[in-house]
Amino acid sequence: MTTMHPGLRARRRRSLLRTAGFLSPWLIGFSVFFAYPLLATVYFSFMKYDGFTAPTWNGLENWSYVFRDYPFFWPALGNTLWLVAVMVTLRVAFGLGIGLLITKIKTGPGLFRTFFYLPYLAPPVAATMSFVFLLNPGTGPANTVLDFFGLPQPGWFKDADWSKPALTLLALWGIGDLMVIFMAALLDVPKDQYEAAELDGAGAFARFRWVTLPNIAPIVLFAVITGVIETMQYYTQPLVAGKVASGVIGGSGQQFEPGYPDESTLTVPQIVYNLGFQRFDTGSACVVSLVLFALAMAFTALLMRRGSGFLSAED
Amino acid sequence: MAPARTRAPARTRPPARMRRGAALEWIGVHALAVAAALFFVLPFVFVLLTAVMNDNQALTRDLWPDTWEWGNFRTVWETPGFLTWWRNTLLYAGLGTVLAVGSSIPVAYALAKFRFRGRNIMMMAVIAMMMLPPQVVIVPMYLFWAKQLDLSGTLWPLIVPMAFGNPFTIFLLRQFLLTIPKEYTEAARIDGCGEFRAMLRIVLPMAKPALAAVALFHFFYCWNDYFGPQIYASENPGAWTLSYGLESFKGAHQTDWNLTMAATVLIMAPVIVVFFFAQRAFIEGVTLTGVKG
Repeated sequence: MTTMHPGLRARRRRSLLRTAGFLSPWLIGFSVFFAYPLLATVYFSFMKYDGFTAPTWNGLENWSYVFRDYPFFWPALGNTLWLVAVMVTLRVAFGLGIGLLITKIKTGPGLFRTFFYLPYLAPPVAATMSFVFLLNPGTGPANTVLDFFGLPQPGWFKDADWSKPALTLLALWGIGDLMVIFMAALLDVPKDQYEAAELDGAGAFARFRWVTLPNIAPIVLFAVITGVIETMQYYTQPLVAGKVASGVIGGSGQQFEPGYPDESTLTVPQIVYNLGFQRFDTGSACVVSLVLFALAMAFTALLMRRGSGFLSAED
Repeated sequence: MAPARTRAPARTRPPARMRRGAALEWIGVHALAVAAALFFVLPFVFVLLTAVMNDNQALTRDLWPDTWEWGNFRTVWETPGFLTWWRNTLLYAGLGTVLAVGSSIPVAYALAKFRFRGRNIMMMAVIAMMMLPPQVVIVPMYLFWAKQLDLSGTLWPLIVPMAFGNPFTIFLLRQFLLTIPKEYTEAARIDGCGEFRAMLRIVLPMAKPALAAVALFHFFYCWNDYFGPQIYASENPGAWTLSYGLESFKGAHQTDWNLTMAATVLIMAPVIVVFFFAQRAFIEGVTLTGVKG
């Protein structure tokens, strides 16, 4: 240990205090709204607690209840994984497609870009209610148009086989953010690489495969992983779709068994609400919270490991 | 921008075969673009058309309104509670945005400009917090607000946490601040400027585009938030926001798709109006999320 000049030490302390001062809003926010509730969630997951009488030790009861006896856990997890696999894949593919298309448009690109972007801004509750109406199997405009062309008319939000595809369609409609990100990435691909590839006789597909794709690979990965994390949190759209399609009165009062039709729109975040705020089973809700936490953190770790370029903690 | 204009006049005309290829590509691209535009725009059109149908026609398969019932918007506007939802939403989104951006600025500044031990770990914690689904910590948070502070049924549990930094806002602002050369702050320091003043006077004016983008993001996050109001405000209709109220509006008007769609239009409209005034900020903000740090 070296002895420090007293003036230097005072300066160190001042700079430490200054840093702490600048960081203080977040230091408080992190402790009060993240660290403390996370620890409390772990604590409650081992307690029997209905929110009213004092919590009592319950061991692993809540855990075994959630995994073995709670009828909605596995359907919700299955749906969330279905949405992660299908919705994320299609969103990235479609977002990239629309991004490519927008870079090729010569006439009125600004107008088209606005058209493609606007749905992203529609408030989720409003967008979901619109889609439940548009995809209403009996009288909705979508099936009316399909009927006009003699195409089959699915039951959409009223059919357990079609409700997740209907949600996927809603997600594809709101692709605007991905389109912009892909557009920016595509415009950054060096032009001379395309020219060189063309000189080598590469066709449009080969140029996409060997020039475009390697250049935008980090952004594709970014879109996949953030998409997975967003889908893990997918809550408002499936809940509102299920409620509105089933005709359950909203607001407080009436109990709603979520997931209409047949648990097909139930997601993991929804069962936290169902257990904790409708069944008043705080302990079991916390178990599901921790499962969600483990899933989200696993993907965040992946994002930070693989995505060192775009989401780095370093500068 | 006509393609013919941008081509240099001195250059020889390309062979006819190539021109035909370019014309075919133009047609193909624009046909696809029109098809895509229909997919994105038609839902808005059908929603609008239904919003102005009369009660009976809204229950049929008709796509075009017989009579244009503009009064539907008025009916929705005068529905009890609708104005309260507006006021609450503006309060939540307005106050929330000011608090969140204001409290995130110094944090983002410190993470971008100061060197201190644990900075990377702190940055990783910000990212982890950003990725955390709100449902993970909702049970203890609710118990804290409702049991300890007795504030459920109000907007306070939604607004107060905003004053302690928002991870997404911190992350985006910090990424932007990293791009501002440190020579600016160094020059300010040499001139005897305190760190806080350097941030306020020198760096923030340069960060205006990023600030506009994060403010917009945050405003619309609150505007769209459904989970927060559902948890904290659902028991008291006087504290409902538009997103939460709209869903229950459908419940109260079970078969009135026309009124429901009119209400939907009314809550989408401000978002779209703001977009037309602040297009650049939106697009820059979205780009900022995807670019390298």
